[in-house]
Amino acid sequence: MSKVMPLISKNCGQIRPTSVEDYVKAGGYAALKKALGMKPLEIIEEIKKARLMGRGGAGYPAGAKWQQMYEIEHTPKYIVCNADEGEPGTFKDKLLLEQDPLKVIEGMTIAGYVFNSHDGYIYIRGEYAAIQKLFQEAIDNAVQAGYLGDNILGSKYSFHLHVMTGAGAYVCGENSAMLNSIEGKAGRPRVKPPHLAEVGLFQKPTLVNNVESFANVPVILDIGAEKYLSIGTAESGGTKLVCLSGHVAKPGVYEVPFGVTLRDIIFDEEIGGGMSGHRKLKFYHLGGQSGPCGFLPQLDTEYCYKALRANGLSVGSGAVVVLDESVCVIDYLKCVTEFFIHESCGKCTPCREGNKQLYLILDKFSQGTATQDDYRQLERLSNLLAKVSFCGLGQAAATALNTCLKNLRAEFDAHLSGQCPAGVCFTNQETESGE
Amino acid sequence: MQKTGKAAKKVTVSIDGRPVTVPEGTTILEAARQAGVKIPTLCHHTDLKPRATCRLCVVEVKGQRRFQTACNTPVADGSEILTNSKAIREARKTILELLLADHPQDCLKCVRNQNCELQKLANEYQIREVAFERSEKDLPLENTNPSIVRDMNKCVKCGRCVEVCQEVQQVAAINTANRSVDFGVSTAYGESLADSPCVYCGQCIAVCPVGALTEKDDTARVWEALDNPELHVVVQTAPAVRVALGEEFGWAPGTISTGKMVAALRRLGFAKVFDTNFTADLTIIEEGNELLQRIKEGGVLPMITSCSPGWINYIEKFYPELLPHVSTCKSPQQMFGALAKTYYPEKAGIPAEKIFVVSIMPCTAKKYECTRPEMQSSGYQDVDVVLTTRELARMIKQAGIDVEALSEEEYDAPLGISTGAAVIFGASGGVMEAALRTVYEVVTGQELKDVDFKEVRGLTGIKEATVDLAGTKVKIAVANGLANAKVLLEKIKAGQCAYHFIEIMCCPGGCIGGGGQPLGTTVAIKEKRLEATYDIDRGLKLRKSHENPAVKTLYEEFLEKPLGHKSHELLHTVYSKRKY
Repeated sequence: MSKVMPLISKNCGQIRPTSVEDYVKAGGYAALKKALGMKPLEIIEEIKKARLMGRGGAGYPAGAKWQQMYEIEHTPKYIVCNADEGEPGTFKDKLLLEQDPLKVIEGMTIAGYVFNSHDGYIYIRGEYAAIQKLFQEAIDNAVQAGYLGDNILGSKYSFHLHVMTGAGAYVCGENSAMLNSIEGKAGRPRVKPPHLAEVGLFQKPTLVNNVESFANVPVILDIGAEKYLSIGTAESGGTKLVCLSGHVAKPGVYEVPFGVTLRDIIFDEEIGGGMSGHRKLKFYHLGGQSGPCGFLPQLDTEYCYKALRANGLSVGSGAVVVLDESVCVIDYLKCVTEFFIHESCGKCTPCREGNKQLYLILDKFSQGTATQDDYRQLERLSNLLAKVSFCGLGQAAATALNTCLKNLRAEFDAHLSGQCPAGVCFTNQETESGE
Repeated sequence: MQKTGKAAKKVTVSIDGRPVTVPEGTTILEAARQAGVKIPTLCHHTDLKPRATCRLCVVEVKGQRRFQTACNTPVADGSEILTNSKAIREARKTILELLLADHPQDCLKCVRNQNCELQKLANEYQIREVAFERSEKDLPLENTNPSIVRDMNKCVKCGRCVEVCQEVQQVAAINTANRSVDFGVSTAYGESLADSPCVYCGQCIAVCPVGALTEKDDTARVWEALDNPELHVVVQTAPAVRVALGEEFGWAPGTISTGKMVAALRRLGFAKVFDTNFTADLTIIEEGNELLQRIKEGGVLPMITSCSPGWINYIEKFYPELLPHVSTCKSPQQMFGALAKTYYPEKAGIPAEKIFVVSIMPCTAKKYECTRPEMQSSGYQDVDVVLTTRELARMIKQAGIDVEALSEEEYDAPLGISTGAAVIFGASGGVMEAALRTVYEVVTGQELKDVDFKEVRGLTGIKEATVDLAGTKVKIAVANGLANAKVLLEKIKAGQCAYHFIEIMCCPGGCIGGGGQPLGTTVAIKEKRLEATYDIDRGLKLRKSHENPAVKTLYEEFLEKPLGHKSHELLHTVYSKRKY
């Protein structure tokens, strides 16, 4: 049986992305029509039954989020789509935004109907400038065809969508920082409580979901929650867009049903196709820089929220970065930490100061000057980052480090005595002594 | 966020194993305080919103994977909270070490030595070693304006100063800037404060937990003058200093230290110890007459007070179009300076060029005010040096004066004689109340029996009242804190302001909450200082400015009449639009 299953990505590459005509011909907007005949709570019930987990990274049940939002009495309510796809190694939202934007628009429109919202915002990362234009074109076409804007499909429901651009800050992928950015403020996360569902965009109740989450909504209404759930595992409904990159033969975005194994994703001929070169797999980084690293013994773990978590891993953004034996774990973690130093907003102590110090200690390992005590300092810092940081960015910054320390300790130890098994560190000294 | 309004439901939580019952919505920090547990904080300030950025106040809440910040997390019914577990102590130590690795290690040379929140925490947590690599930022010290010194090397990024500047004062001279390791507090484009909208109120200093923000220390200049036998050094003390100075010596907030302060100033070597209250009374005469003239002659109304130099900086920078509303009266400090170098030399037979005038002020903006070119109407710089309450305390300590042991002494005559109306200048609403006490009697010709105008007292941001002056209803308003001032100014601009007279004080609470007052000021402490202020007023025989005998003599001997030629020359000023 095929391990890939184009469900939410089935239109990608098959239709003209901004053409409402093509989209409708491919079955698009049937879900919206269905939704307009349903009660909001019936739609929420369907999302709940489908066990749709938020696809932004945290994996929070979307149905529960919608239910909470529904119960809030204040109006107006805003719908926001987080399309600030900044997680390194992640490019699945890009696929949807670029090749099937109308599916995302339809999902947001249905959400708008559920909460009687009249305005929705999609925050697309600044680096996707071309996509912002294309997305706007899709919006305009949808408005023209009566699927968006005033009195959608002749109903009393009106919904307007606005494209907002990011400006390059990773932290704006954090929902509250993103809302600040939309409001024109500096993109730094907000103090919570109050939660965004109560006090969100422009101080109003706000639903924030990821691009892929919204794209799932019309699919669920189309095929029904029961069928949708049957595709995934018992706890995780449906499919997941996985982004493969690194030392893998066939990098790219693949839609797989939850429940395939990590081995399938990397080695299956229809998916990763194995390693890109002759070297063996050393480890893989899941869910972006903020996610955990996985190792050989975990390869047969099912790719779904529950099984991954049980094995100390996570779905995260859906990124799978494959790394072979030429990679030095210290060198790799230095890159990861540099990324977080660059992207930290700087407001909280653990993230601003902790990442900086983490890097300095890793650098000592790569210079051969680290001592046993540095393990303790790494542990102190990673604990602090995970448990004390203000927002998800800092909380996740040491996740990769933790998993590597646990599973590749021997390689760390080797660096204490000036050995780099991958032959990446200490190269300067070698050249000097060779001369 | 605290829930208010509805009768709050009670919740019971366990803090370190002991049950505590508090209203729903209470933060963990507050609940712990009620349970007798002090959770350490650094970015938190009682009078400001929680920011939860330093993360020092983290606690363990059973069932939560991550630690929770006590300052902003409301207690949940039945939750079990650990404030002092091994993991929490370790987390706090790590945070402190991280902060110290990024902080200069020159505590001994820092103005905040022994009065620094970071130092105190480092000591409480016994940080004897810092495991992390130190980083020196070597940022330039900003000390180019007369009021505020900024050393961003010492900044711990708590954000209190930003909140005060952005929200309490709405001046927005500073904001958080940059990100990650470069994150910090900056003016727009990193320009100097002098080129920013800063009004030098010093409220940022008042909330800074460390030595990143301080007043420009001018004590050396005062020592030099005192050491110079050629100079006749006189000092004036602002009304709000006497109710706050004691805090610097460990006395309870609200302790009245007037007599001991006067004695200490004499010990320091000042030739004469005078009182700004004398010119506060004089201000009432001039300003009261100006108000009556404006009402009678159809001048620009509402008239707004001009005592607060931070407020004057604000209107010159933000609302220059409304400057005609501002009374032309100089502030009491500057009236004093002008007289100390004209009237006083004549009377004392000392040449004006030998007179050196020092002010003790609760204020950092006063340091700027005395350097204004308009403030040289004696032919010299009218006030030579302004010291804040804090700087005076430093001088007294340096001189080894045991204030506790001093007997109380009286101010010198004539510039030290004043009334209760003058002392209340230190409190928001005080200038208004003092003016009403005088204007009432001038207009009605009758004696004002009850001199207490309680409706203009207190810490409320905007206070309004209507006063019946023998049939003429005078509408007044009082604002303290520039965010509140802004509300009134916008009303004036919109033509929706039917007031005759408005008092505006730059700092929240008025001068008792000034940016030059002892550090650690909170609303609770301000209330104590207010009480003390009104206690002094109540205890005085003379409580109306126009009853001040020394002021009467001043008019007879020197000024001739209110708003007269000499008054205009010495006691009034002009304002102009200022760019930033």
